[in-house]
Amino acid sequence: MNIDRSARALLMKELVSGFILTVRYFFKPKATLNYPHEKNPVSPRFRGEHALRRYPNGEERCIACKLCEAICPAQAITIEAGPRRNDGTRRTTRYDIDMVKCIYCGYCQEACPVDAIVEGPNQEFSVESREELLYDKTRLLENGARWERELARNIAMDAPYR
Amino acid sequence: MSGGWFLPLLLTVIKSLVLLVVLLIMTAFYLLADRKIWAAVQLRRGPNVVGPWGLLQSFADMLKFVLKEPIVPSGANKGVFLIAPFVTGVLALASWAVIPVARGWAVADLNVGILYIFAISSLMVYGTIMAGWASNSKYPFLAALRSAAQMVSYEVSIGFVMITVLLCAGSLNLSDIVRSQDTRFGLLGWYWLPLFPMWIIFFISAMAETNRPPFDLVEAESELVAGFMVEYSSTPYMLFMLGEYVAILTMCAMLTILFTGGWLSPLPFPPFTWVPGVVWFVLKLSFYFWLIAMVKALVPRYRYDQLMRLGWKVFLPISLAMVVIVAIVLEATGWGGGGRLV
Repeated sequence: MNIDRSARALLMKELVSGFILTVRYFFKPKATLNYPHEKNPVSPRFRGEHALRRYPNGEERCIACKLCEAICPAQAITIEAGPRRNDGTRRTTRYDIDMVKCIYCGYCQEACPVDAIVEGPNQEFSVESREELLYDKTRLLENGARWERELARNIAMDAPYR
Repeated sequence: MSGGWFLPLLLTVIKSLVLLVVLLIMTAFYLLADRKIWAAVQLRRGPNVVGPWGLLQSFADMLKFVLKEPIVPSGANKGVFLIAPFVTGVLALASWAVIPVARGWAVADLNVGILYIFAISSLMVYGTIMAGWASNSKYPFLAALRSAAQMVSYEVSIGFVMITVLLCAGSLNLSDIVRSQDTRFGLLGWYWLPLFPMWIIFFISAMAETNRPPFDLVEAESELVAGFMVEYSSTPYMLFMLGEYVAILTMCAMLTILFTGGWLSPLPFPPFTWVPGVVWFVLKLSFYFWLIAMVKALVPRYRYDQLMRLGWKVFLPISLAMVVIVAIVLEATGWGGGGRLV
């Protein structure tokens, strides 16, 4: 141990400079967000709760092509198609998503040719039982109705990059 | 009532109760302050949900602890296991009996107050040892031994630091020690300046003595679970935590009394002398508590051998030498004994 080092240890140079640093941090603005009261901005690409959209005239977008069911890596989607209608298109009779299986990868909305199934900005859909997370068609269409404004805006904002 | 003993007794009981209640409530808020300060340094907010700014967090925690089921391990010695937290809690609170929070405001203004404090803080080790032994489990036992070794080693240097102050003040009475710092220099007449190295050593030893970070290897939360408290839950655990925090406050109070003039105003002229002494006392105590909380955020934990080296090979020789030096200086200049350092 040389004199320089001993003097520094005795006068606690490192400790004092470290203390000054901590005091500076002590008065810095906090990084914490008061979550339920304050929220971070959400990207238009955010993949949250699913929704089934309708056309402005009220017609369901989904044409039961089952591309989403095919691509779903978690096999969370189950679709049953109805018979072909007079205008030559089909609609689903059943569209279930098991939100417990879902990994929120967004492949379903990528695959969808008519922008029917989308993942919306909603991330606060926690429930108290597992059964409530087995979404059926009515639930998904309801989501679509509730979130349509945000969904349409997000799709429009992301369109230039698609 | 007959006799002159009843009224003083009643008065003492009332005084003790008031002190106890105030102390416990203050401990709750200091516990919150500790978490808040730690959070602030890490750019977090800390608990802020219970009550305004989270002020009632400690009370919510207390309720949680009390309502939980106390678990006593089947192999444990039940009596000792349950007495241990009470020993810690009661002893921690007992030391406040002699601490003068303002001029004449002490439950018992003992002539040997400092010895009493020293004895009580030595006894605190028993709570730890009893808890570790009675748990009848390897880890609490080893942790209790480590803790005991740590507390005993730092008590030695704390003792010598106290002796230097005693030499300067010429009294074992805590109130007299404060009064002996009452000079016309105010802030500069307090013992922290002439006994500067002792002040630092006492501060660091106080942290080691109370198992605070950076010397918290007894319960090192990131490495061990809770040291000697592993088997404890519910109210007994809460009593340990309470004892720990009250002991920290006691150490802050000792720093205030021994080195920074207790209830005295830092500037010995009006309007500062109009402020009640208890305000100065609490302000100084809070400042020390803030320092201790900041150190928790600042310094990494010591290794056990480093802890022992610091205690026995650095602090003990320095404080021992200072006792001799201070004694010689006081004898040569004739400052000591009279109780004035002027």
